[in-house]
Amino acid sequence: MKTKKAVVFSVKTLVNMLILLIFFVPFYWMVLTAIKSLGETMLFPPSFFVKSPKWENFINAYQAIPFLKFLKNSMIVTAGTMACQFVTIIPAAYAFARYEFPGKKLFFGITLATMMIPGQLVFLPIFLLFSKWGMINSYWSLILPSATSAFGIFMLRQTFKQVPEELIEAAKLDRTSEWKIIFKIMLPIARPTVVTLGLLTFIGTWNDYFWPLVMTTNDTVRTLPVGIASLRMVESGISYHTVMAGNVILIIPILIVYFLAQGQIIKAFTYMGEK
Amino acid sequence: MYDESVMEEPFLDEGILIEPLFPKKEKEKENTAAVWRKKAASLAKKAIPYGMIAPAMVVFAVFMIYPIAYMIYLSFFKWNMLSEKVWIGFGNFKKLFTDAEFLEVLTTTVKFMAGTVAGTIILALLLALYLKRNTKINRFLQSVVFAPYIVSLVSVAFIFMWMMDSDLGLLNYILSFVGIDPVRWLDDPKVAIYSLVLVNIWKGVGYYTLIFVSALQSIPPYLYEAAMLDRTGRMKTFFKITLPMISPTLFFVTLTGIISGFKVFETISIMTGGGNKTNTLVFNIYE
Repeated sequence: MKTKKAVVFSVKTLVNMLILLIFFVPFYWMVLTAIKSLGETMLFPPSFFVKSPKWENFINAYQAIPFLKFLKNSMIVTAGTMACQFVTIIPAAYAFARYEFPGKKLFFGITLATMMIPGQLVFLPIFLLFSKWGMINSYWSLILPSATSAFGIFMLRQTFKQVPEELIEAAKLDRTSEWKIIFKIMLPIARPTVVTLGLLTFIGTWNDYFWPLVMTTNDTVRTLPVGIASLRMVESGISYHTVMAGNVILIIPILIVYFLAQGQIIKAFTYMGEK
Repeated sequence: MYDESVMEEPFLDEGILIEPLFPKKEKEKENTAAVWRKKAASLAKKAIPYGMIAPAMVVFAVFMIYPIAYMIYLSFFKWNMLSEKVWIGFGNFKKLFTDAEFLEVLTTTVKFMAGTVAGTIILALLLALYLKRNTKINRFLQSVVFAPYIVSLVSVAFIFMWMMDSDLGLLNYILSFVGIDPVRWLDDPKVAIYSLVLVNIWKGVGYYTLIFVSALQSIPPYLYEAAMLDRTGRMKTFFKITLPMISPTLFFVTLTGIISGFKVFETISIMTGGGNKTNTLVFNIYE
């Protein structure tokens, strides 16, 4: 009995180690490559440790592309998208949660249906639309298409629905305006959901590569992922130590956010699956 | 930004407040005005929810519904964005489905989607069964497994492109320990698409694992206790209790898996540029 337990335990430890390695080593490899010299990246078998880290790789990556511009663009687009979503999602979610009106089912159905449409399917007509408006290579072409989120409306509506009716009735008796009800009563209660949605939008927009790529024809408003991706074309052939250095810079903000709000992020992403 | 009707709302309150203050003499005259005001107020009140959903609905209409309708409309015309549009009915579809390149792209897409979805779901389910007990180690491993999911696909593509390098890559070095010959991961047209599938599984499996874990944890334990009393085998328990209980989750996961499999662009764009038989639909549309 005891030996069986020991075997189970050691097998489990082994499997645990394996899982850890599979998901951790690629990140380790990225960081390691980022501080290797070009010569060290060319070694085979590769070395697993670096004696003298080459921090200048980061400076090289930084100088190879207009890094600050890309970073600024990423920040503007991310902040802009989050702000727009805040403005569009909250009232819509409130209306869907607290009002009865003709066509409510239809509009809510449309909202849910749009969740199934991938942006990759509709980018061409949107591109044509923006070029007709002369808005290609402007922040608007990156922000407006994701100015609202069906998932956000759905999730916030669920939260709003759980707010006890009495609270709102009481506020209405006091002649509190609808806006005050939303901002003074509903939002404080729904704070965790709002934070979660903000995180989702931040991660999604920060990481997005496709949209900034197809909506632009030059570097004016392109974001960091597009910039980092262009690192591979800088010199003849890919110099992986520079690319990985850029990659580390791209990943750091996300990993920091993940580290700080891990529980919340995991909850946010798995929310849909639990419904 | 918002619909005016919402802004008019304070007026509604005022109206009700002021009304009783009017002298009784003017009651009749006031009546018609009050009726009108009431009507306007109730109309404004009815408009409130529409005003609230309006911003979101406008975004959906312009950036989701219109583009889809436009795509369907365009599909019946011959047009290269410069020439006049010419109505050709189903001609485009006929041309597409007889075009060898398109058929190859379609096959690649299906292969890629099927591989990713099947691989991810099976692995995620195994991982979830292994990690479902709520212990400290399991929670830690769950967060480790999930980490790639929130990292940009661009980063993941670069990391794996480097690890899958045919000559200098880490993966081939690891394989050499087990005595497997170097694989030309991204350079061999026969292998490249499966390498991309592997990358996408690695990135996505954590998300599905977490969903499965929460589904597994919500299965009432008495079902398993009953099975134990009946001395039901492990396999039978899995197929007769676990699988049916998580089937809604399974359905959801398959659906989202197919959609996200269809969308994949970054890995292909960065890792192979659509070469070596990895050209899927979305990448093809982009080109």
